[in-house]
Amino acid sequence: MAREAYITGVGQSEVGVRLPRHPLLLTIDAINVALKDAGLTLDQIDGVFSFPGKSNGYLAFSPVGTDEIIEVCGIKSKWQMGAMEQPAQLSAIGMAAMAVKEGLCRHVICFRTVYEAGGMANPAEYMPLQHKEVSGGSQWTSPFFATSAACWTAQYAQRHVYKYGMTREQLAQIAINGSKNAMLNPNARAITKEELTLDKYMSARMITTPLCLYDCDRFTDCSTVIIVSAGDALDEVSADPVRIAAMSGSVDRYSWDQAEWSAAYDAGPDLWKNTDYSVKDVDTAQFYDGFAFLPLTWLEGLGFCEKGEAHKFIEGGTRIARDGELPLNTGGGQLGAGRLHGFGFAHEAVTQLRKAAGPRQIPGDPRVAVATSGGGPLAAALLLARD
Amino acid sequence: MSSPPRPRPRLDSVNHAFWTGGAEGDLMIVKCGDCGEFTHPPQILCRHCQSENVAPTAVAGTGAVETFTINYQPWVKDLEVPYVIARVRLDGVPGVYLTTNIVGCPVEDVKFDDKVRVKFEEQDGIFYPLFEKVS
Repeated sequence: MAREAYITGVGQSEVGVRLPRHPLLLTIDAINVALKDAGLTLDQIDGVFSFPGKSNGYLAFSPVGTDEIIEVCGIKSKWQMGAMEQPAQLSAIGMAAMAVKEGLCRHVICFRTVYEAGGMANPAEYMPLQHKEVSGGSQWTSPFFATSAACWTAQYAQRHVYKYGMTREQLAQIAINGSKNAMLNPNARAITKEELTLDKYMSARMITTPLCLYDCDRFTDCSTVIIVSAGDALDEVSADPVRIAAMSGSVDRYSWDQAEWSAAYDAGPDLWKNTDYSVKDVDTAQFYDGFAFLPLTWLEGLGFCEKGEAHKFIEGGTRIARDGELPLNTGGGQLGAGRLHGFGFAHEAVTQLRKAAGPRQIPGDPRVAVATSGGGPLAAALLLARD
Repeated sequence: MSSPPRPRPRLDSVNHAFWTGGAEGDLMIVKCGDCGEFTHPPQILCRHCQSENVAPTAVAGTGAVETFTINYQPWVKDLEVPYVIARVRLDGVPGVYLTTNIVGCPVEDVKFDDKVRVKFEEQDGIFYPLFEKVS
């Protein structure tokens, strides 16, 4: 029988804005939390995976590499991977799952460390991205001052406004729901200090239509660690394991402006191809919300509603609330809990499935969760199950 | 939108025709000599049939607004806002979109499917393909 892959430990460092602590140390903090959670020690780790690997051209975006973790933790690694060229953030966990399923590794550390706020405070060490001369993909957007992914995502969102009648009041529910949940998440205290109201949302300054200030996540300093273990190594673990029941990814046009629809519409249906679970079985959804419109593409892509219907699905916010039919971004998402860049969604999904979310725990007996990452031309999804 | 200079694409043999074609008034998109399909961003082979028989080819320079956003955030210092960022689908160039700015009209006048025409803006030898509405 084929080996299965499980998430056996999750951990997060302090989450903050302009944290003085070095990002390598934040990563070690998160590793220690995750190891303790799993009941493992460093000498049992034999693989390290990350997205997107150390980003030397823009260090604050990803200041720590897998080599460095192997070195400073004294890990005898059998397999490692840190790369930007993969479907999206969470596919690093998918790669780790493949490694343990293949028998290459038994317990692996997956991490995503971000230091974009701290980096801005220390430009000498963390050189900011420069926009004066551009090459590669950014030459097709930056010359038109379409500088941020906000501008690219806004154009997908604006099409929902035009074609399907999405209103700001409907879109607002993603940020409002995220802020409500973040208020109950102790790791989100540095990011969300008060609940967002519809009035406040509606009067916020516009960034790029239809996205306002509250529709965009903010630079955050944090490391998130997910430990993935082989199914035949679970006797070494003390925590409740959560099975990686399926995964999917998609990249079609590696370009934000050539892809007609975001890749969630391809990766979504594919998630259901390798599992007996269906969309009806999902107890909670943790959908990438670096920009508020992106969860709508996942709702549609995964089949929770038809294409062009997601704004109606979230209208009023009751359906996606913690006690609704599809609790969404129960830890606050990136809008509420900071730009953890993808891994926060896996962290929260596991926390909910283990019923360890404290005051923000969803009711009932949640067994199946979907965590997604990516936007525009990039997409990766994980189906997680406590079965 | 005249204040800070536009970010300058680093020219190479592959993108040169796109960024300088405006000197002759031409919008240059890579076209395949075998299958007739277009490849953008430009490449040295056809993304449809992998033929190496490709060349930058002048296209009509007209199109329509596929989608757009009115941008209010000054991403660089002194950038004048608001301005329109649009994705334009090009007439006669199926499957290719250009991210660009719609200029020459108030931002609130831009609508989906508006007919537009290229209007090059030169800055230090780079010809930026902006678009304006066709009345």
